[in-house]
Amino acid sequence: MSPLPSSLPLPRVLIMGPRRAGKSSISSVVLHKMSPHETLFRLDSTASPVTSTINNNALCPFAVVDFPGDWDLPSDNSPDDSLFGSGLAALIFVLDAQDEPFDHSLARFASLVARAVAVNPGIHVEVFINKVDGELFLSDEAKYDCRRDVMSQVQDELADVSASAPPSADGGAPADLSELNIGYYLTSIYDHSIFASFSKVVQKLIPTLPTIESLLNVLVASCRMEKAFLFDVVSKLYISTDSTPVDAASVELCSDMIDVVLDVSGIYGKKDPRRKPRGDGSEAGHEGMAPRTDSAVSLNSEGDLAGGGDSSYYDSQSSSSIHLSNGMVLYLKEVDSMLALVCLTREDNILKKGLVDYNISVFKDALGKVVAVNAGRGGEDKGEGGGGGEEGEA
Amino acid sequence: PTPPQDAFYESYFERDRETIFRSVELLIYVFDIESDNPEKDFDHFSGVLEAIEENSPDARIFVLVHKMDLVHEDERDMIFEDRQRIIEAHSRGLHLECFATSIWDETLYKAWSEIVTNLIPNISLLKTHLDDFCRISDADEVVLFERATFLVIAHTTDASHEIQTFDAHRFEKISNIIKQFKLSCGKTQAQFTGMEVQNSKFGAFIDAFTANTYIMVIVSDPNIAAAATLTNIKNAKQHFAKNFS
Repeated sequence: MSPLPSSLPLPRVLIMGPRRAGKSSISSVVLHKMSPHETLFRLDSTASPVTSTINNNALCPFAVVDFPGDWDLPSDNSPDDSLFGSGLAALIFVLDAQDEPFDHSLARFASLVARAVAVNPGIHVEVFINKVDGELFLSDEAKYDCRRDVMSQVQDELADVSASAPPSADGGAPADLSELNIGYYLTSIYDHSIFASFSKVVQKLIPTLPTIESLLNVLVASCRMEKAFLFDVVSKLYISTDSTPVDAASVELCSDMIDVVLDVSGIYGKKDPRRKPRGDGSEAGHEGMAPRTDSAVSLNSEGDLAGGGDSSYYDSQSSSSIHLSNGMVLYLKEVDSMLALVCLTREDNILKKGLVDYNISVFKDALGKVVAVNAGRGGEDKGEGGGGGEEGEA
Repeated sequence: PTPPQDAFYESYFERDRETIFRSVELLIYVFDIESDNPEKDFDHFSGVLEAIEENSPDARIFVLVHKMDLVHEDERDMIFEDRQRIIEAHSRGLHLECFATSIWDETLYKAWSEIVTNLIPNISLLKTHLDDFCRISDADEVVLFERATFLVIAHTTDASHEIQTFDAHRFEKISNIIKQFKLSCGKTQAQFTGMEVQNSKFGAFIDAFTANTYIMVIVSDPNIAAAATLTNIKNAKQHFAKNFS
């Protein structure tokens, strides 16, 4: 009996799927700052479920469980409560889009979903159609075709499982799984799609999301912004946005802005004369390098970023504005520990900067109250938030 | 049979010699430290220098001894100096500057910055004015970048802040950060024209400066309003445009 995270008080994200689908790569790239290229040689096969606690900001702490490929559910019939949780949870099934046919994997997926929903009817089910990069997926058409295929196959499999399912414990008809609202995402760790998709999954685990969205709507309306996002600066997942349509390019641009702010602040924004600056001396690793691919500069460790005192460089006064040649301005303001409000607005609308800053401070106060409510929720579906970014063998 | 590159070299060298080597401002010659035929390399080198001497005798010459990462760290200085001696022996009396470089560390960046700086006329006068500007605006550091490449052309650091030990590789890092962001902007068909980044301990202001430069001003005095620094930069632009266009 594999040791399962039986007593996770936090909302949980379970990552499952066939072998080599990319589950560990996804959690490493999104949550542990690994560069996508490193996943090729630095990751071993996952032998047993690995639980990480993500607790960078006060709004959405969660636990991620990365399962080994084709992991088998314990075969006893009794519902395995500890695995699927009883409160906020998401099941992400990762599929390798380049590894057709899918029928075997999707059949397993269907039975997994049946078990999960039986135990935790509120669990969010998501399918990540991963590795949509490379030669097979150069065009969007190819990607959409793939998604369509997966969707229809999943529907078929779920219909089969529903049809052959025994009646539920209370004698009623079994749940019709094909009615289930499943999210399908085209993802690749080599671009921003994995972050955008993971963001959307995590958003479903935030009970106060509608409130935060309303707050953002009010802010955007009153300041006449084009768009506003609330980002977690450590993971660069976005927690919330206003109700206007989301454009993937804007999300990516805002996420890149966070990189700029953190990297520049890391160079000039620390004032600790006792501290030997990184990149000096004998570090032969990434520090002094001119990395030419994805990330401009490897961020200092999370400990630096969040650590108190002189070494923290993302603080309550952190802000930035970037002027673009198309008359738009990207405006970033810290609104809570490790949370950033990133707005896209026209140059004219930010001329009265004092007013915008005032409105943002009102938003910040309101957000603080939401955070306090979240923390006070206490025993409902989570206990005390876990500490730091600890990783552990489950 | 000569390898294809050699054949090409022979042909252009003989045929288009004058065209290629006329009105040259700057020559950059790259040696591969791992070359298995250094004799031939030096023959080529001599040939090129001869062409330069004939057609553009005033050209500045830079020599990069490249791929130094393939040499053991302890031996690098020695091997480079050795190579430098041979290069100077082949220099036909022309003045040249040598750099040991590798794409895997900051040496290439430094060499390129040096080269680009040499293309800027009045560089020492520019530096003096930059020093003045730094002092007048109470800045910790002022950096001038070449507009397209974001290579550092000149920089001034306030003396009292040297003690703060800024990261020695910061210029290369800033260049990379900006270039990476420029790439991101490119995807949205817009370019960035200026940016500010602040926290409780500093403010960094990056703005277009003269026709081919960008400026970055770092201020850590919390009593100085951002608007003041931006005004200083705006005024400086006019001054520098007048004197250094």
